[in-house]
Amino acid sequence: MYCLLKLAPLFLAVAVCNGWLFGDFVGKQKEQDEISLWPLPQKFQSSAVAFKLSPASFQIVHAKQSSAGPSCGLLENAFRRYFEYIFGDLKKSEKSRKKVYDSDLVELQVWVTSADPECDGFPSLQTDESYELSIDEPSAVLKAANVWGALRGLETFSQLVYEDYYGVNKINKTDISDFPRFAHRGILLDSSRHFLPLKVILANLEAMAMNKFNVFHWHIVDDQSFPYMSRTFPELSQKGAYHPFTHVYTPSDVKMVIEFARMRGIRVIPEFDTPGHTESWGNGIKDLLTPCYSGSSPSGTFGPVNPILNSSYDFMTQFFKEISTVFPDAYIHLGGDEVDFRCWESNPDIQKFMAQQGFGTDYSKLESFYIQRLLDIVAATKKGYMVWQEVFDNGVKLKADTQIHVWKGRPQYQDEMGQVTAAGFRALLSTPWYLNRISYGQDWVNIYKADPQNFTGTDAQKKLVIGGEACLWGEYVDATNLTPRLWPRASAVAERLWSDKSVTDVGNAYNRLVQHRCRMVKRGIPAEPLFVGHCRQEYKGL
Amino acid sequence: NLCLLFFQSPVRSCLLLVVVSVCVQQVHGVWPLPQQLHQSADRGCLSPQRFSFTYGRDSAAQTGCSVLDAAFKRYFSIIFPDFTKGSGLLMCENQSNRLSVKTGGCDGYPDEDSDESYNLSVSEGQAVLRSVTVWGALRGLESFSQLVYQDDYGSYFINKTEIVDFPRFAFRGLLLDTSRHYLPLHAILKTLDAMAYSKFNVFHWHIVDDPSFPYQSRTFPDLSNKGAFHPFTHIYTQSDVMRVIEHARMRGIRVVPEFDSPGHTQSWGKGQPGLLTPCYKGGVPSGSFGPVDPTIDTTYKFMESLLKEVKFVFPDSYVHLGGDEVSFACWQSNPNVRKFMEKMGFGKDFTKLESFYMESIMNMTAALNRTSIVWQDVFDYHERIPQDTVLEIWKGEKYQAELSRMTQAGHRVLLSAPWYINHISYGQDWRNSYAVQPQNFSGTEEQKKLVIGGEVAMWGEYVDATNLTPRLWPRACAAAERLWSNEEKTLNADLAFPRLEEFRCELLRRGIQAEPLFVGHCKHEYDGL
Repeated sequence: MYCLLKLAPLFLAVAVCNGWLFGDFVGKQKEQDEISLWPLPQKFQSSAVAFKLSPASFQIVHAKQSSAGPSCGLLENAFRRYFEYIFGDLKKSEKSRKKVYDSDLVELQVWVTSADPECDGFPSLQTDESYELSIDEPSAVLKAANVWGALRGLETFSQLVYEDYYGVNKINKTDISDFPRFAHRGILLDSSRHFLPLKVILANLEAMAMNKFNVFHWHIVDDQSFPYMSRTFPELSQKGAYHPFTHVYTPSDVKMVIEFARMRGIRVIPEFDTPGHTESWGNGIKDLLTPCYSGSSPSGTFGPVNPILNSSYDFMTQFFKEISTVFPDAYIHLGGDEVDFRCWESNPDIQKFMAQQGFGTDYSKLESFYIQRLLDIVAATKKGYMVWQEVFDNGVKLKADTQIHVWKGRPQYQDEMGQVTAAGFRALLSTPWYLNRISYGQDWVNIYKADPQNFTGTDAQKKLVIGGEACLWGEYVDATNLTPRLWPRASAVAERLWSDKSVTDVGNAYNRLVQHRCRMVKRGIPAEPLFVGHCRQEYKGL
Repeated sequence: NLCLLFFQSPVRSCLLLVVVSVCVQQVHGVWPLPQQLHQSADRGCLSPQRFSFTYGRDSAAQTGCSVLDAAFKRYFSIIFPDFTKGSGLLMCENQSNRLSVKTGGCDGYPDEDSDESYNLSVSEGQAVLRSVTVWGALRGLESFSQLVYQDDYGSYFINKTEIVDFPRFAFRGLLLDTSRHYLPLHAILKTLDAMAYSKFNVFHWHIVDDPSFPYQSRTFPDLSNKGAFHPFTHIYTQSDVMRVIEHARMRGIRVVPEFDSPGHTQSWGKGQPGLLTPCYKGGVPSGSFGPVDPTIDTTYKFMESLLKEVKFVFPDSYVHLGGDEVSFACWQSNPNVRKFMEKMGFGKDFTKLESFYMESIMNMTAALNRTSIVWQDVFDYHERIPQDTVLEIWKGEKYQAELSRMTQAGHRVLLSAPWYINHISYGQDWRNSYAVQPQNFSGTEEQKKLVIGGEVAMWGEYVDATNLTPRLWPRACAAAERLWSNEEKTLNADLAFPRLEEFRCELLRRGIQAEPLFVGHCKHEYDGL
């Protein structure tokens, strides 16, 4: 018999009417805490009937009907990963020692239904990440259109397994039908203000998968340093990185990040921010940046990319040609934020150019001029682009599929979301999710309460909101403190972007998130505590 | 000094290795800043093969002195992190590198009167460290280790240097809270390492509190059996505690435990029935409990046994007795407590009841030959407290006025209020810690002398092993310098900034997960997770 335990609020009424009964809720409370799902699935029902999972006999296998098989490396790796998450580092025992009991769950069958499982593909904005999970003896079945949905379902399955008081792994009879609310659920890491060693990036990709994030926005270069090692322009990192050998991402590093992310259903969108935020570019590329003037002579300092030289655009053409081949994702983030006009203003050649073009003294026109040419360059590489909101605010002509990334607090981001979508562009929200900004106490609550569709606009406008990103800018963050600062605070964003809009109960979220953070700690992610308390397995690193 | 530029082409490779040495004259900073420091541009190089620590001929301490023998071993690998036997850096042919240490007695534990002063003289081929005690020698070794640097070829150098140094305050503490979250032993030991690097000398171990009781008592094992988050995995056994004390002793750090009562004792009640005051609701016990019950004899018998054990386990002559944030609501609700109040003539003033309790506990502690530290609340409510009690200020607002009042009453004082570094905010908040002037209050010179030091507090609401170290370091270093160095020479945070940045990178090099102060990088980044 099914009993109703924990479920998405919208499901409550339906389930009770259908004859599902409330079970031994209080007695099971403790164990149920252990299975706290994060982010909460769209549709979820579970009963008190529990099955045992034995590391000696339990297997994750391809379903017979599945279009994916043993040759699907992505799933094979995921099977191994989730087996380890569930059972720790217990080795699978020899077959001879298998002993199956009646109440055992012996396998999870993963059934990929599309003709093309996309084992060797890359996830994209259009990817269908939905899945259905049905747990019943003797087999559980995970059904998804492609490997990406299967990955999400495997994560959920692993979160359903709990240890009872005797240390036995158990899972309750459960049915889940799940899909993301938003298609773009991202984390921004900044590897320019501080260099982030590869293993920090990889560990955070692991944590992202645990939270069903699907976009790694790699803010890879900026004013402070240029760690990306370019094949076309190696001098960029040779002269622009903090150190040309120890503080760079080699092509194989980048490839590893992309592959590691792909295996977890995560897109990698690189950001090469111009024309501002480019100090470090100037170290390697002569004449790329605008020379600033003090009075009538060059002051020796440099400003944004020089928008009046053809050489700047030649450089960008070659550079983005490389980027478009190195990064497989259909989108590139082009930045375009915070361009300081003072240096342009000081430069007599720029002044002359402004006059020629009839821009007057409106330097945002010059910025637009640059961005427009850059967009054409990037469009020629067949990539779509994302830009920070200023590019939209300044009235640059944009391709219809451009994604506008909203980050400013003033004016209200709700207004900006309204304007961007009213203009027919797709919008991404980050303003309330600048997680580099810290304060004392449980700031995850405000992070959790923000909603990307909470603005005045039509349904059509709301649909143009494709998601959001949690940003961890690097001024005060490096390998020493990045992971505990990001997790579990970013988990709050994860649930907002995945779960149903109605999932807003902070008290309920707190209880689940406490368990979820302990689960991350158990899996080796140093996620910081939400408040007083303990995890059964505390963080062992340090 | 010569600036060298040479080209070298490896035989079996078509690569041209270009090695450029830019001889930037480095003068290496020391954190916290020594009282007197004279560095010259002359530098000598140190060869790991030839370098040795020796006891001076006239030193009272000689080989066999456990504290210094261990410190030599520790500092050798700190000074020469790249050293592996046989990786010949034969650069300092004619120099016999030696740091010879001359110091007095060697046994025992550091205490409130320990002389931590030292003189360090680094000249060509020879450095001499003089101190009265081994604790001073430890401080000097730390400074010496910070003076050594590597050039671009990996050779080790030290500049000619003269240091005369001593701490401004005798008590330079750091509080960790192991009750709100359990801190695994290795997190505590690592913190002690980092404390020694910043010349902190007191580990204030806020070991138990409301949420959990991880201290495994030999007298009352039920306290942790029932009061810890978990009776086996989330406790400190007697041998754990001994290990912490010994690890600290080796680094010249005192361990002052805090057993906070009568408030903050929820977790005690689980293993010690009858200890806490039963709260009442509408004439009947509500099932919840308040502070320690100060009206019954069994409470005092229990506290006496516990304090006896604490004296036995913790060698330091100080014990922190807490006494903060006592909520009177539960006492008020309890008819037995009200009857007791009446009998004692306390009227409705529950602060008198609290004082009555604290006075008993402080007298007990005095009888055990231990000095009590209590939080400021005890003084605020009741000025009649034993004269040698040390008061600790923790309330943020108007701590200067509190300093005046307490020292005017003749009490020794510890300042913690401006150094609650569990409170975090965006940006460079270390500057606020650095700007604190502990003796900047109205009072006589005699009063100023009663400020014996201060403490950085890392309360545990939002901190556990996952984030403790980067949250502590380098933020705690700001207070470390304020408590050690000459204030006149260290008022300017902008001047301190590059030295602190450098020290932070040095902490990383030593394996301490210290977070960045701002944009930038270290040559050796943290390679953990």
